[in-house]
Formats: sequence, structure tokens, C-alpha cells
Amino acid sequence: MITLKGKSVFGGVAIGRLAFYKRAEPKIKRHHIEDVHAEIRRFEEAKGQALHQLQELYDKAMGDVGEANAMIFEVHQMMLQDFDYIESVKNIITAQEVNAEYAVGTTGDNFAQMFASMDDAYMQGRAADVKDISNRLVKILTGRAEGGIKTDEPVIVAADDLVPSETVQLDKEKVLGFATMYGSANSHTAILARTMNIPAVIGLGEDLSKEYDGKYCIVDGFSGTVFIEPNEEILRMMTEKREEDLRRKALLNELKGKENVTLSGRKINVYANIGNLADVGAVLKNDAGGIGLFRSEFLYLENETFPSEEQQFQVYRQVAENMAGRKVIIRTLDIGADKQAPYFHLDKEENPALGYRAIRICLTEPDIFKTQLRALYRASAYGQIAIMFPMIISVEEVRKIKAIIKEVKAELKETGIAYRDDVETGIMIETPAAVMISRELAKEVDFFSIGTNDLTQYTLAIDRQNEKLDSFYDPHHPAVLAMIKMAADNAHAEGKWIGLCGELGADLTLTETFLEMGLDELSVSPAMVLPLRKKIREIR
Amino acid sequence: MKEFKYVIKDEQGIHARPAGMLVKELGRKKSNITIQKIGDDRVVNAKSIMAVMSLGVKKDNEVLITADGGDEEEAIQAAEKILTENL
Repeated sequence: MITLKGKSVFGGVAIGRLAFYKRAEPKIKRHHIEDVHAEIRRFEEAKGQALHQLQELYDKAMGDVGEANAMIFEVHQMMLQDFDYIESVKNIITAQEVNAEYAVGTTGDNFAQMFASMDDAYMQGRAADVKDISNRLVKILTGRAEGGIKTDEPVIVAADDLVPSETVQLDKEKVLGFATMYGSANSHTAILARTMNIPAVIGLGEDLSKEYDGKYCIVDGFSGTVFIEPNEEILRMMTEKREEDLRRKALLNELKGKENVTLSGRKINVYANIGNLADVGAVLKNDAGGIGLFRSEFLYLENETFPSEEQQFQVYRQVAENMAGRKVIIRTLDIGADKQAPYFHLDKEENPALGYRAIRICLTEPDIFKTQLRALYRASAYGQIAIMFPMIISVEEVRKIKAIIKEVKAELKETGIAYRDDVETGIMIETPAAVMISRELAKEVDFFSIGTNDLTQYTLAIDRQNEKLDSFYDPHHPAVLAMIKMAADNAHAEGKWIGLCGELGADLTLTETFLEMGLDELSVSPAMVLPLRKKIREIR
Repeated sequence: MKEFKYVIKDEQGIHARPAGMLVKELGRKKSNITIQKIGDDRVVNAKSIMAVMSLGVKKDNEVLITADGGDEEEAIQAAEKILTENL
């Protein structure tokens, strides 16, 4: 087995034979011509024919991959009619008294060179376009046939790099995946692979040898790896990975854009939990209705010192913008217990889970808290941000938080910084105390979100970190479910909404119970969004 | 002679698509039309897609378009419309 590493441009796994793209590389010979005008006419005729071909490709691409991707062939037409390009070709023919093929080849090389030397990845990618149109002209001038892949069974197409017209002309039924030696994530091959949902790995370099033509291989578009003649273990792993991916994609096709509604018409919001900016892509890909829990800790845990207001603002703003108006519930700092950052200088504790953590730190050190709140309110101007506070046990705490928010808003207003006045604020329900006084707490906030992991640990008095207690730990314990129901009833009695963002949300055996309790939202890891939606749509 | 200055707001700068639109539209005008990136010495033909793209205009760059000829007024108006609507 040989393992090659490249760059992934589209996830997915393809398994099959490797077929090298056979290209009828036009060999350009330079020769002297007598009649310059006749040669220019030859060029003009070839140009007309090329324009006609490009129009046909444009029409085909419109049908296959849509207008945005077909546009490239319109750009190619413009390049072919470009004043500078044509002038250059004609000049070379006239001044050097040479054949049109040579003039076109030289001009193409010069323009491609110009794009390749620009300090912009997008423009560097355009060098391939110039070569593409020049090769098209040369092929017409020399009368050489197009290349391609010759195969009856579907294959993984290998090439040094494919130009747009080659990608579009491939028979889609015969392509399992792409593996190329060169190319960038902005190349049209990459863009088309993504549009056509074909697993693709590019930039494999010269390790992708022509010797592998016809050999059995696997393209893992997730990790950017190509395995030539895979061993049994890899084959088994990749087959599983492929099937899982196909199941997910099938589920996505079936459920994307569908409502989270039961057969009897009850609706519930399904949101996703994230712990980092990089997770937003997965949220969108899995079609979550919003972000139900954005753990802000990573900003603190990945930093050497307290993250600045600006640094936090940029992250919150980016998430809000990327979610384009969908709700993003950000939980304020929840550090302490099992999550430690050295610069906080937290003391070692006997019982860290019951110790100095989360909102307790924020209310003791309001400067840390205010920095985060300022960043959150500033970001609120860029989307639909909601803020929630962890580890609440009393109404007094909520009132203190609200007083600090008031100060933060007043300061922002004074300095003329934009923020939204109607940002929803809520609390995590994760202590039995919060459940017992949930009616009073509901009067103070806009929403509740149940953190089932901590709520279970505190209700059952079982340390989550202690493996010896696993047999005692029952997340379906009636006491825990009664806690959730009580919080839900009290939230609704005060006209507030309630969500659930712990691991229990993804437990499909409880989905029906949560619907009966009337929970308004369930927030789960991005990968669980669609399985949960499927479950909801099967419930009466 | 007429001029128009514009600061690019599009994240990708003047990429193939808007460059194509600009060149196509300006190609119909009779005037001599040039484009340049402020801070860059090169002044290029705004009717050539290769030339326009070769400037490598990015977000926040300012460009100057100059038209000289019988229909310079219309040319600048067309350029202004395409730039403000697409970039």
C-alpha cells in the first residue's frame, strides 16, 4: 500500500480504479510562413470555432452545475476576444513570420506566466484559464482530437491538473473521485468537485505517478489522503467511512430544510452546540436552526492570558454573521472544576465541582466578566445573539448580573458604540437549587437552558469524573426527569421559553418525553441535528 | 476627459466575473478607457479582461477609471454603475 497526502477540496470517500486523464497534448512546432495575412485568417477562423465550442460548454455547464459555475466559460470567451491577447498573437505572426500555433502558444505562456506571478491565490489560479483557451486554439489549428478517460466502469480520475473544460466534458456517471498533482482550492476543478459532490484531493505532487494508472485506490476527501492498493484494514475502515458519509448525505438530502415537526404537528427547535469558531461550518452543513450553546471557554483555555475585548468581539461577531440572523446563544465563561487555565490562578480545591467556578468567578471578579459582556453586546449588532449564564443558584445572582449588564450598556451608549437593546438573556438550569426556585428565576430572565450533565451530577450526587460510579450513574433517573419537567412548567407559567443543551438532548429514547414536557428547543452536537430531526418527524 | 474613483468593497476584489462584466460593457464604447489602481503606476486598457485582472485589485483598493472620447460621459456612467452594483 502506498499513502499519498494532498489537500482536501471536497469530503467524501471514493473507492475504485485510478484512471489517468489522457490528454492529447498538442506539440507546437515553430515554422516560418510566407503569407502573414493567410496565417492571421487561420487564427481568426480558429478563434471563431473556439468561441462556438465555449458557447456549447457554457450551455452544458448551465445544465450540469448551474450559472455561477458556468460563468467561467463566458469569461473564457472574453479572454479569447481580449484585445491584448489578440494583438499579441497577431504581432508574433507578423513580426516573426511564424505559424499561428506558435504565436498562440507563446502568447498563452506569457499571459499565464503573468497570472502565475501575482501575489494572490485566486489570480494565480487564472493561469490555468489562459492555458485552457490557448490549448483549445492550438488543438483546433492542428486538428487534434480531445483527450479524456476511456473506461466502461466508473473510475477515480487522476491528472496533473484538470482545466475547467476537461472537468465539464467528463461523463459524470463515470467519475467516482478526483486526485490531482497540482491545483489550488480556488481552481475550477476544486469548485466543480464541490458543486458536483465528488470527493477530491488535490496537490498530491509528483508522488501521484502514472505507474498507478489502472490500480485500485481510495480517495479520502476528508483527510486529503489517497491510498494506492490499500491493505484490508484501510479498505474496511474506508468502506465504513464511506457508508457513514453516504448515510449522512442521504439523511441531509431527505431532511434538509424540513421542519422539526411531529406527525401530530408539534414543533420544536433543533439547535447545535459548538465549542469553537471552526464548528460553525458543521452547524450550517447539518442545517441546524441556530446555536443553542456556544461554549466561550475555548477563548480562555487557548489563550496565555485573559483574552481581550477586541479578540472576543471578533469571534462572537464572526459567529453571529456566519449564522446570518439565526439565533446564537453564547454562554459566558464557565471555567473552574475540570476546565482550568493557569493564568486564572485558581486554588486547588477539595471539591472543584462544588467550588469556585463559572458565574461565581465572574461575580467575584467583575472586570473579567465586564470585558466579556462588552464584547458580547458589541457583537449583538451583527446578528441575533442571546447570552446565558452558567451555574446559577439564586435570584440575587441574576439581579447582580443584570446590574452589571446595565452598566455595560450605559458605557457603550456613552461612547457611541452600536449594540442591540433587545438581546435575550437567560440562565442555565444545572443545579437542583435553580430548579426549585425556577418560578422566581423565570420572572427575571427571557429563557432557560437545561444543562443535563451538571444537573444529573448534582441531583444524583455523583461525580462525573469518577469511573467507579458509572454503574450508579443513570441519566434517565426519574429525579432528573422530574427536575426538567418542573423547570419547564415554571418557565411556561411565566411565559418564558426553555431549551435543553446537555448530552441528554441527543438521547433519542427521550425525545418523546421532552416533547411531552413541552420543551421549546433541543441543542445537540452538529452531527446529531439530522438524526434528531428524523426522530421528531416520526413521533405522533 | 471624464474620471471616476471607487474603493472596492467586495471581499474577493475585482475577480473574473465583475471584470468580465466591466470589460463587456466598456468594450461597446468608442472612447479610450483606462483603469488603474491608486498607488500602482500601471495604467491599463479597461476594455481588456486580461489587463483588468492583471492589476490584482483587492478589497479596499481604490481604482481610477478614465474615459476620453465622444461617449466619455456614457462610458463613465456605465463603469460607475457596474462598480457600485457589483464591487
